[in-house]
Amino acid sequence: MITKTYAGKAVAVNEEGYLLDSQAWDEKIAAAIAAEEGIPELLPAHWQVIYFMRKAFAERGDGPSIRQLTKESGVDTKHLYQLFPKGPAKKAARVAGIPKPHGCI
Amino acid sequence: MKNLLILGAGTAGTIMANKLHHRLDTTDWQITIVDRSALHYYQPGFLFIPFGLYQPEQVVRRKSDFLPAGARFVIGEIDRIDPENNQVVLTSGQCLPYDDLIIATGADIHPEETDGLKGSLWRKSVFDFYTFDGAVALANVLKDWPGGRLVVNISEMPIKCPVAPLEFLLLADDFFTRRGIRDRVELHFVTPLSGAFTRPKASERFGGLLTAKGIRVTPDFSIARVDEAEKAIVAWDDQSVPFDLLVTIPTNKGDAAIERSGLGDELSFVPTDKHTLRSSRYPNIFAIGDATNVPASKAGSVAHFESEVLVENILSAIAGQPLAAQFDGHANCFIESGHGKGLLIDFNYEAEPVTGTFPLPNVGPFSLLKETRLNHFGKLAFRYAYWNLLLPGHVMPLVGSHMSLAGKDLS
Repeated sequence: MITKTYAGKAVAVNEEGYLLDSQAWDEKIAAAIAAEEGIPELLPAHWQVIYFMRKAFAERGDGPSIRQLTKESGVDTKHLYQLFPKGPAKKAARVAGIPKPHGCI
Repeated sequence: MKNLLILGAGTAGTIMANKLHHRLDTTDWQITIVDRSALHYYQPGFLFIPFGLYQPEQVVRRKSDFLPAGARFVIGEIDRIDPENNQVVLTSGQCLPYDDLIIATGADIHPEETDGLKGSLWRKSVFDFYTFDGAVALANVLKDWPGGRLVVNISEMPIKCPVAPLEFLLLADDFFTRRGIRDRVELHFVTPLSGAFTRPKASERFGGLLTAKGIRVTPDFSIARVDEAEKAIVAWDDQSVPFDLLVTIPTNKGDAAIERSGLGDELSFVPTDKHTLRSSRYPNIFAIGDATNVPASKAGSVAHFESEVLVENILSAIAGQPLAAQFDGHANCFIESGHGKGLLIDFNYEAEPVTGTFPLPNVGPFSLLKETRLNHFGKLAFRYAYWNLLLPGHVMPLVGSHMSLAGKDLS
């Protein structure tokens, strides 16, 4: 288990940088992780995706796949890749403080 | 008479029919199995056809040769599953009632999901090897291909047999070397994954193999469309990779009948409990093999290990008892690496592929995650094991349904 400090708060993360406890998340932590992922500022569209991911995780126990994201989040595929470059499902999950989705098998 | 209905007579469906035929009281139970085709294809053989290593006729047999006598084999197209009425309706109008249903309808490629993939270039400079026809068409092109940029691209995950694209590239390296034109061919693997495979250690090992053979890897590439005029694949972030020959592994989806029945997820896979293999929605519906949404690889070995669990759970369900058998996600795959060698990986939901020996510690005889000649022979011998041991529902010697830690290097 690894501890990282985001916005003054210490949280436990796994070896890929995903929060171990999604309840320990807050918006300041999201912004700090986003900065680490090369996203300097979180726009309303980012938050739309982030909250969609947290809701999906709470309801289904797993982060949404890229397909579910493009169909259900209200943000289309091209825009998703602009907001979260290179692997939006994985990246947005990390910023949203939920585990990496199991989609990649 | 009670009815045990199996949809799909591929690997998983055939194994279940054979196993249940031995365990069910056939005076009480009628096993019925439905498929749209009378022919059984050995899908792991498709990989070898483009390189002339297998002839097309070596991978096809009659399904009826592998189904138990006493099982009713219906050749037809499923219109939909009607769980509220415990029946399946075929397009012919025939109604098949069931007391318990096993969905084994598999997965197929859908190139039409990606813009331009099944367009003007399809089967001219864009090919697949995940279908019999595709593999044969590609063989006809490769034997005389003068060289150029050969790109292998995975559209999205999950796909059946996630190692097959890697094997294709490694066999291609061998093939063009033998043809004496390897220096005129650029081999390029373009994948949506962040590495060569879905698990870290194996990803590193395969990545190393590809690099050692001069095969370029572009990770994190999510294809948006094929630019037919430019002959290039274009990603959502506008990255573009040109090709002379594109070998695509298109989006894999479950059968359309699953979607028509309203029983599938966004890729038409059946939501299934990953341990019991019971469907998430109906207590008398089970699913196995490529048709499910469980987070195990879509591979024949997985269907085999699942069958050992599913047989017990179906018998428990029939007896009104709790489902005690648990599937652990076990997969075991031989991987061709070309030049007469192969690798073997053995893993499950929790454990990624690691080095070591298999199935026995030290004695092996197979080596895990390492290129050896014996592993290559294991891959070839598997065809015999498939038709003669696996499909008839026999237990494989020394290999249990749960992944074993014996012989593995765990640090």
